[in-house]
Amino acid sequence: MKIALLGNPNTGKSSVFNMLTGLRQQIGNFPGVTVDKKFGLFSIDKEEHTLIDFPGTYSIYPRSKDEQVVYDVLSNPNHADFPDLIIVVADESNLERNLFLYTQIYDLKIPSILVLNMADIARKKGKTINVEKLQKKFEGSIIIETTARIGLGKDRLIQAIQSKSNNKEYEAFQSNAHLCEVGDLKGQEIEANERYNLIHQLIEEVELEKVQNKESQSNRLDKILVHPIFGYLIFAGILMLIFQFIFAFATYPMDFIDRIFANFSSWLGNTLPEGLFSDLLSQGIVPGIGGVVVFIPQIALLFFFISILEESGYLARVVFIMDRLMRPLGLSGKSVVPLMSSVACAIPGVMATRTISDWKERMITILVAPLMSCSARIPVYTLLIALVIPNEKVLGFINLQGLVLFGLYSLGLIAALLIAVILKMLINSKEKGFLLLELPSYKAPRWGNVGITVWEKVKVFTLNAGKIILAISIVLWAMATFGPSDKMVQAAKATKIEAESLNLGKEEKDRLVASAKLEQSYIGILGKTIEPVIQPLGYDWKIGISLITSFAAREVFVGSLATIYAVQDDGGTNKRLIERLRDEKRSDGKPVYSLASGVSLMIFYVFAMQCMATLAIVKRETKSWKWPLIQMGFMATLAYVGAWITFQLLS
Amino acid sequence: MSKSLSSIIPGQLVRVSFIKDSALKPKLMEMGLVIGKELRVLFKAPFGDPIAIDVHGYVLSLRLDEAGLIEVEDSI
Repeated sequence: MKIALLGNPNTGKSSVFNMLTGLRQQIGNFPGVTVDKKFGLFSIDKEEHTLIDFPGTYSIYPRSKDEQVVYDVLSNPNHADFPDLIIVVADESNLERNLFLYTQIYDLKIPSILVLNMADIARKKGKTINVEKLQKKFEGSIIIETTARIGLGKDRLIQAIQSKSNNKEYEAFQSNAHLCEVGDLKGQEIEANERYNLIHQLIEEVELEKVQNKESQSNRLDKILVHPIFGYLIFAGILMLIFQFIFAFATYPMDFIDRIFANFSSWLGNTLPEGLFSDLLSQGIVPGIGGVVVFIPQIALLFFFISILEESGYLARVVFIMDRLMRPLGLSGKSVVPLMSSVACAIPGVMATRTISDWKERMITILVAPLMSCSARIPVYTLLIALVIPNEKVLGFINLQGLVLFGLYSLGLIAALLIAVILKMLINSKEKGFLLLELPSYKAPRWGNVGITVWEKVKVFTLNAGKIILAISIVLWAMATFGPSDKMVQAAKATKIEAESLNLGKEEKDRLVASAKLEQSYIGILGKTIEPVIQPLGYDWKIGISLITSFAAREVFVGSLATIYAVQDDGGTNKRLIERLRDEKRSDGKPVYSLASGVSLMIFYVFAMQCMATLAIVKRETKSWKWPLIQMGFMATLAYVGAWITFQLLS
Repeated sequence: MSKSLSSIIPGQLVRVSFIKDSALKPKLMEMGLVIGKELRVLFKAPFGDPIAIDVHGYVLSLRLDEAGLIEVEDSI
């Protein structure tokens, strides 16, 4: 059976979804529209059912592009996703508004179940419903009570699904109502007015007691959390705490993953018989997968915290206090979370923009999100800072290296906000942005829901980014392994002979040969080809190679340099690599990695897109190649111009 | 006397008397802001915008632009 799950936002719809389907959840597409279709499978008595989660809406009439799908499916019995049964989840403590959507669906005469969820909160608010009386008013439907957050009422819900009837001969709730066209706003207004009048009368009959608490707990908390001073202080404090946690704790599993993959690929390289396949595995695929897996701890932790904030109801308050500040920038209060996420990784950040209802505000948020300094930039920054910035104290107590790192992070943030202002003027939109946002009451987060959110985000990241990073690593491996064959072989031979005459150890010899081969490979040739273009920025072809390879993902920059300079990757400190880089001289005898070229490289990495996975996600979220290409274009321009100015000023 | 919802100070109890025509009007109505509905302005964001109102047991936040579409009168 095809079952549709509908309901207002903040009714615990996802709790009901999780309660029924557990981890058997998938993401698909509704035919013809750009909304993700989340669906899950579950079986009752060996009969398999598909539960489709529709976007949370207040009405069956669409008020945004995302909501369109609800109307499309429900108004068309021939639609591929037209349900056999609809489960409407309603917040019992706020029945009046929730009944609006439910009675609309009831009047469509599609078999339905009304789930009065959050019965516990309703009781706390003193707003209990006489379910029997309510059921009598809706004879064509089944009404049950649950508290899905803690899994209460699952049996009742399953029973209700089993006892669904196909009787359509019941009296409509709003007898004169008919389904309006999407464009018929006047008709919808008339319907809304009448429907609310009917619901109002109904509520008078079925609501048991009405004890209005003088000041609810939520209200008291709000006095502090949206306070003009404390509100921002608390938010800043929570942000700091989250990032402290992420940076403090994520490093352990990340180092661990790094080591495992490094060991595994060198083990593969040593164990497998020498040859192309072994190289592909040990130098292409395994490090490629490692490059994806290493980011999972950060992403999981970040979404762990964000979903706690979301579940508790605090995130809506963040939107509330930040909205006015973000609007002059063309952003909305809802842009805060995506930008915050992007400090860990732009991929979940871009994914988090879905909550932004206004198209223009969402586009701007997506376009500037990758300018926030993400965690993949850290290895690049730390290497370059250690290389060219002296480890000194400024004003006696500020560490200069730390100051530069802070500067790079700030530069990313400032660039994101400035570009947002420019985009606000450039992007045209007929739609007028709005922020009609429910501030849900505060409640304790449910760990099951938090866990499922984390799992889902990690899954999407791994599958989407994973595919791309893996594919690019294989391509780059191939470009670095192959080249015009005779030249490569010759270079390898010559280096071998030279190395043998110097009496070097096997490992060192291998590294020299690898470096010589890389120079003659396609990627080496490409690096030399772009040298004239990057020379004004202070880079040579070796840096050029690293820029190209790190296009897959920024952190590859460090590993590439290690290969080019034939330095053993010591995982972490990069001491040897730094020493080697310091010795590198240009033809005129000056160091390649001077203050000017080093800082120029840092600036380049602040701005440049250099992340295929983000491009792929932006394509997925905007459903076209237009926006990711525009994004890559302006970021590359910023990077090039910024790096050029830096180099010219400092040298 | 009808006033704009955007001009109401927190704490005041008012009643919706009129909603200006706009693309947002049906949405506002569907969220419960129909004529005759009793609302209480709860609090405002730090810069006075957006505002939060109580609509029969749930808290709705809206920007001043949106609140400006709603005319209210004192509730008796």
